[in-house]
Amino acid sequence: MNEIKLSIDNREITVPQNFTVLQAAERAGVKIPTLCHLQELTPCSGCRICLVEVEGARSLVTACSYPVAAGIKVKTHTERVLKARRLVMELILSDHPLDCMTCEKTGSCKLQDLAYEMGLTGSRIKGEQHHYPLDLSNPFIVRDYNKCILCERCIRICDEIQGSMAIDYAHRGFNTKVSVPYHRSLTESDCVFCGQCVSVCPVGALTERSRMGKGREWEFQKVKTICSYCGVGCTLVLNMKDGEIVRVTSDREAGINHGNMCVKGRFGFDYVHSPDRLTEPLIKENGNFRKASWDEALDRVASGLKKVKEKHGPDAIGVLVSAKCTNEENYLLQKMARAALGTNNVDHCARL
Amino acid sequence: MERLFSIEEVQRLQKTLSEARNPQRLRVRICMTGCRAYGAVEIRDAFKAMIDEKGLTTKVDLLETGCHGFCARAPVVAIDPHGFFYQQISPRDVPQIVQTSLIEGKPVEKLLYTHPQTGEPVALEKDVPFYREQMKIVLRNCGQIDPTRIEDYIARDGYLPLAKVLSSMSPEEVIGEVVRSGLRGRGGAGFPTGNKWKFARNAQGDVKYIICNADEGDPGAFMDRAVLEGDPHTVLEGMLIAAYAIGAPKGYVYVRAEYPIAVTHIKKAVADAKAMGLLGQKILGTHFNFEVKIKEGAGAFVCGEETALIASIEGRRGMPRTRPPFPAIAGLWGKPTNINNVETFANIPPIIHKGGSWYASLGTEKSKGTKIFALAGKINNTGLVEVPMGITLERIIFDIGGGIPGGKKFKAAQTGGPSGGCIPSSLLNLPIDYDSLTAAGAIMGSGGLIITDENTCMVDMAKFFLTFTQSESCGRCVPCRLGTKRMLEILQRITEGTGELSDLETLKELAPMIKDTSLCGLGQTTPNPVLTTLNYFLDEYKAHIEEKRCPAGVCKALIRYQIDPETCTGCGVCRKACPQKAISGKAKEPHTLDQALCIKCAICYNECKFDAIKII
Amino acid sequence: MAEILDLSRLDNLFEEHQGEDGALIPVLQEAQNIYGYLPEEVLRCISQKLKVPLSKIYGVVTFYAQFYLDPRGRHVIKSCQGTACHVRGAKGVLESLIRELKVKPGGTTADLNFSLETVACVGTCFLAPVMMIDKDYHSKLTPKRAVDVLKKYSQKPEREEA
Ligand SMILES: Cc1cc2nc3c(=O)[nH]c(=O)nc-3n(C[C@H](O)[C@H](O)[C@H](O)COP(=O)(O)O)c2cc1C
Ligand code: SF4
Ligand code: SF4
Ligand code: SF4
Ligand code: FES
Repeated sequence: MNEIKLSIDNREITVPQNFTVLQAAERAGVKIPTLCHLQELTPCSGCRICLVEVEGARSLVTACSYPVAAGIKVKTHTERVLKARRLVMELILSDHPLDCMTCEKTGSCKLQDLAYEMGLTGSRIKGEQHHYPLDLSNPFIVRDYNKCILCERCIRICDEIQGSMAIDYAHRGFNTKVSVPYHRSLTESDCVFCGQCVSVCPVGALTERSRMGKGREWEFQKVKTICSYCGVGCTLVLNMKDGEIVRVTSDREAGINHGNMCVKGRFGFDYVHSPDRLTEPLIKENGNFRKASWDEALDRVASGLKKVKEKHGPDAIGVLVSAKCTNEENYLLQKMARAALGTNNVDHCARL
Repeated sequence: MERLFSIEEVQRLQKTLSEARNPQRLRVRICMTGCRAYGAVEIRDAFKAMIDEKGLTTKVDLLETGCHGFCARAPVVAIDPHGFFYQQISPRDVPQIVQTSLIEGKPVEKLLYTHPQTGEPVALEKDVPFYREQMKIVLRNCGQIDPTRIEDYIARDGYLPLAKVLSSMSPEEVIGEVVRSGLRGRGGAGFPTGNKWKFARNAQGDVKYIICNADEGDPGAFMDRAVLEGDPHTVLEGMLIAAYAIGAPKGYVYVRAEYPIAVTHIKKAVADAKAMGLLGQKILGTHFNFEVKIKEGAGAFVCGEETALIASIEGRRGMPRTRPPFPAIAGLWGKPTNINNVETFANIPPIIHKGGSWYASLGTEKSKGTKIFALAGKINNTGLVEVPMGITLERIIFDIGGGIPGGKKFKAAQTGGPSGGCIPSSLLNLPIDYDSLTAAGAIMGSGGLIITDENTCMVDMAKFFLTFTQSESCGRCVPCRLGTKRMLEILQRITEGTGELSDLETLKELAPMIKDTSLCGLGQTTPNPVLTTLNYFLDEYKAHIEEKRCPAGVCKALIRYQIDPETCTGCGVCRKACPQKAISGKAKEPHTLDQALCIKCAICYNECKFDAIKII
Repeated sequence: MAEILDLSRLDNLFEEHQGEDGALIPVLQEAQNIYGYLPEEVLRCISQKLKVPLSKIYGVVTFYAQFYLDPRGRHVIKSCQGTACHVRGAKGVLESLIRELKVKPGGTTADLNFSLETVACVGTCFLAPVMMIDKDYHSKLTPKRAVDVLKKYSQKPEREEA
């Protein structure tokens, strides 16, 4: 890729020519605020928070979408820019509930952070606000569109990365709303509950139902782990409070999944704390289970397998490996099947 | 209709058709587009019957034309070769016209237009002041030909420019000619057309597209409608020439859904041009191919914006997207696309025919050629006018437009529709061109020209435009979705008498910021009507806020209706008409109006024949 | 709704627009011409045939003013609120219609006789203020004349409905 030179806040910088001004600024170490921007999605440029001044341009331009060009001069913190950003923020806040005290998102809300930086407690400009009912119609995602800033991130990720196309804008102008057809529940749509939308919502409009009332963002202990559901090996971040998983998030900078996850990884963690979960080996005798030690249990399995092999031959044994195991574990298991047990009957649940 | 296989064939056909057109032949030209709403169909039928009855069928051509422009006088009819002009006629007048004009060759006095100054009847179309001051280039065929007959178009030099381009000009030369003409886009922004074509020509792409923007969303403008209805082939020919210059094999016409006649006419034009080998594959036997499809809009003003229009053609919500990339680089289906307005395209055939230098000799230094305006509002001669750029507002409004009805005082003119601004009487001498209008805070826009008088409240006007643009905002970006909403709320408060002076400060803070930060042209221009009215009519705002008074007597919350006992004759019309039964009184005695019951519907005010109901 | 929709009436449409890029809006327009509005079953059928997700179709239908999700009245009144009509008193005309019909713009009277709409300019500014009822223009209205005009369209008992 050819490199070009431009100036940002009077500093010269060389960047690849397919960069946006925002990317160039990042490289130059200049911070430009964003709300709707997400590098992996097509820019919608709706929030207008990343406005910058480009010398010669008629109006302000959005850094997140404006392509760099050789020799352009960008100013990111002029009075004109700062005033515009502030007024844009005030407009967003003029249709926002401002109930940060009880909002689940407090502490990780981009809008709140930006308001904090600008020293805004609200908006001087008053007017009509939306009063949509809170949507609790599905077990995973809480939808509160009074908080939605229409950044389009949820729609874009659902379309462009998830491919479910379950949601879109409905209506227009002031009445624009992210919606499933006929404003119904997500359960009546093409939604697969991957929660991708929740993961990118910058505000409290989309939150995990599991976390409702379970604690503040900064109270959560974040434990990075690998999802145990399948062999893809997505990196998850368990959000724990008092030893309990409250929700699962992801990290767009980490792992092979770059923050993307499916319904199982994101919402399928209730089994972890289930009282029905096995914590030690059980042996069934006379129709009833009794606790046993690992040694006893493994001996029992080994002798059982040996007996079957002696009586019926090795092909009487089949081994099912699991998508929940790592590749290494699955490799070892098939090795044991072939080398130790002597059977080629190895299969995998993903084929079923 | 026979297919033409070569450039010579179209030139030959043109010659034959033009020579066959006997200028001395009797012709009745009836507007069948705009005037349709005023009973033009019945008038045509009456002419048909009468001409048959008098045995004139072979001697007289009955021409169903597009708009003649003088809509205020609808329905209008012109008689050739004399050039008689009849206005506001009814089917009952037809026998007399046929007898006196067609048979005896004389004008029917009582149906003529009366000169507003001299009070004398004006017999000839060309002497009517409304027409005399105009210069018709784009509208040269409108009202002169039957727009559904391609032969009519060809007879008047139609498709000769295409033949010229295909036979003797390279694409670059065509673009050079358009650059030389100085033509600027008529869709609103006034971007130089030749340069735009150059970008699209130089853009890389296996397929390129031409789009004709016929969305005409400005509520109060009907220029593009008239051109498409009255002379669709000139638009098509303009598109063909653009397609040749840019190298685009496909094109679309995106027409506003509310224009059924325009849709029918352009569809017929496409079919006919195709049948004659003027459109489609191997046009006139050359290697030039161009196909055109018609797309109807679905009711969204913002779809006039080019990226929204593209989204709409692609079958999506018509939401503008951020530029760059511009459509010339990545437009329809991601391919290089050139979008021009109807009037822009309609200018192309004359430019090619007579040369770019000829065109550049008309108008002003930076605004060349002519511009069509749709005159409407509080003006006598509502209608369509085409004038050279640089003409003053005063001449348009008073010489052509015939001034303000009812002897009222001119207050302001709104150009550019909801994206434009108002121009007060102090600027009546302003030359109408792109740059002067922009300097005055208004814009040229697409050509809507709304005249207001002393009974128009400018705060209400600003509120009206904002209500419109607000409801048409796509909702994508914050300044437009929320900013214009807040501005509108403020204006609502002011017109309801609950505004405060600080509201004006907020407006002044919001308006420039919304212009500077919105994603597309809609948001960027929405504040214009507010800014210009604040600029030129600040007193009126203040009267609403400080005195709780609407000087023009428009804002409902700030006015009351009252019956003047001196003038009231006690006729009782208002009493019977009032839906609230708020008016009482005995016959032939002055009536009274109960303010507590009145909902200010203005019915009584409109019904009273004696102007006894006053606004206070 | 009790009535059963005949979805086969859409077949021709799909054939005509087969393989066409951007067919959604024309198909919706023509479907609305067939059924008078866009019932959910029709949208689902279009979604399937054109392979456009229902969410996108719903987004499009609610974006454009022309599309209706509910049945319309027998007569459609379009009260023009364009600029020329506005300065000549279109708002009073509209208010008077609202009072008379007891519906808001966008609504349909309970007897399904009238749907009331506003439109931003029908392009006949010289007739201002104008309203269209179905295909007829009614011009130079006053609040009272507008209501008087409605009488011509008042519901007549229609035989085929019995
Ligand atoms: C909100 C909005 C509405 C517009 N409406 C129209 C329209 O109705 N007709 C039109 O030709 N251009 C319209 N335009 C301008 C177009 O985006 C575009 O600039 C124009 O069609 C280019 O053609 P031109 O270069 O021939 O003027 C509109 C622009 C905006 C921002
Ligand atoms: S959960 Fe996944 S499929 Fe459902 S709306 Fe969100 S992103 Fe789309
Ligand atoms: S729900 Fe969240 S992600 Fe979706 S548009 Fe609203 S704020 Fe953005
Ligand atoms: S300015 Fe208005 S119409 Fe344009 S993109 Fe923004 S919200 Fe949409
Ligand atoms: S981050 Fe650039 S417009 Fe939202």
